[in-house]
Amino acid sequence: MSGFSRLQRDVQPGLIDPGYKSTSLRGPKSPLIRIPHRLGETGGPRFGAGWVGAQDADLTRNGRCNGEPLGERIIVTGRVLDEYGRPVRDRMVEVWQANAAGRYVHKSDQHDAPLDPNFRGSGRCVTDGEGRYRFLTIKPGAYPWRNHPNAWRPNHIHFSLFGQGFASRLVTQMYFPGDPLLQLDPIHNSVPVDARELLIARFDIEATEPEWALAYQFDIVLRGPDATPMEA
Amino acid sequence: MSNRLRQTPSQTLGPFFAYGLTARQYGYDFDQLADGRIARDDTPGLRVRVAGQIFDGAGSPIEDAMVEVWQADADGHYPDAAAFDDHNAFHGFGRCGTGADPACRFVFDTIKPGGHDGQAPHLNVILTMRGLLLHLFTRIYFADEAAANEADPVLALVPQARRDTLIARLVEPGLYRFDIRMQGDDETVFFDV
Ligand SMILES: [Fe+3]
Repeated sequence: MSGFSRLQRDVQPGLIDPGYKSTSLRGPKSPLIRIPHRLGETGGPRFGAGWVGAQDADLTRNGRCNGEPLGERIIVTGRVLDEYGRPVRDRMVEVWQANAAGRYVHKSDQHDAPLDPNFRGSGRCVTDGEGRYRFLTIKPGAYPWRNHPNAWRPNHIHFSLFGQGFASRLVTQMYFPGDPLLQLDPIHNSVPVDARELLIARFDIEATEPEWALAYQFDIVLRGPDATPMEA
Repeated sequence: MSNRLRQTPSQTLGPFFAYGLTARQYGYDFDQLADGRIARDDTPGLRVRVAGQIFDGAGSPIEDAMVEVWQADADGHYPDAAAFDDHNAFHGFGRCGTGADPACRFVFDTIKPGGHDGQAPHLNVILTMRGLLLHLFTRIYFADEAAANEADPVLALVPQARRDTLIARLVEPGLYRFDIRMQGDDETVFFDV
């Protein structure tokens, strides 16, 4: 039985990060115990094309009540690959985000910014044969949080992916190029400096729909089934 | 290693995942891929409920975590891709947020998995939450499987003194309690898978 490639610790955040206060009581302090590949779980849930509804990938429509959501329409697209560059096909991608004003639908979001009755801010899609996904949405607004005085989250979209198996699961956030809040954000800065660019989408004029919406490209690389011989 | 692409870094789930990932559970107008009900009405096997709380380093229950479970069926087989073509089949996958329960519990209603590949019956767990930048893997074993647990090759990797953190306590027939502690003397064992 082969396993999944290991987590690349040099691109990943740590479990306790002094800049991100909530980690201090929530990040475990004992070392993780490594499970050898031969004992690890290689399967995983396989939510494919049968699990998305017609409007699930169009956040500009899937929360409509009596009109169009407010804000700047955008296209967010990209490919999901494994570390060897192989497309991750027919696998679930889930997203959620704030509305254009920086407000989440969530009950405990206390930010004094308006909800949009026509925008829920969640969706899902499944990658195609080339590993590509595509969402239509509204550009999310920045919002304050209480991590430190005058703390603001940069514009971001939350992503959740399954990939090919239980070990390839990823929960992350996509950011936008040129955002001045990025360098001030402890969550983005929890990632080693060289790897931070991996979380920033690229403005993509080619994927833009003229007269309708700008586009951003965000490629995602997941742990994949390991091509190298089984480790000890 | 050299030709490999760099992995996309992980980021926290944040506090506001409910209407995206667990909408039905929290009463939002969207469906969700899976919830805490893993066993279907016709799934063969012993019905069990596995429930617990997640405690932070100060001993407070965590209200904005999400727990996912992946498990084998009663015969020890994991569902394959074809099982997911049928929405009503047993998928072996559950997802539960802790914020919809007054005590911040996660609750899974499932069947006890069979042993798989020489390992004791267990649930594979992914744990994410606000304040966690990288999700964690752990396992839930069952207290009434002492002999199988004793022979389990993964439990054998864990120092004896910490193994209990991976074993769900039998509260009453069909009900197991499994609490997760993020820090402290009885910090739950998390795995590098
Ligand atoms: Fe957010």
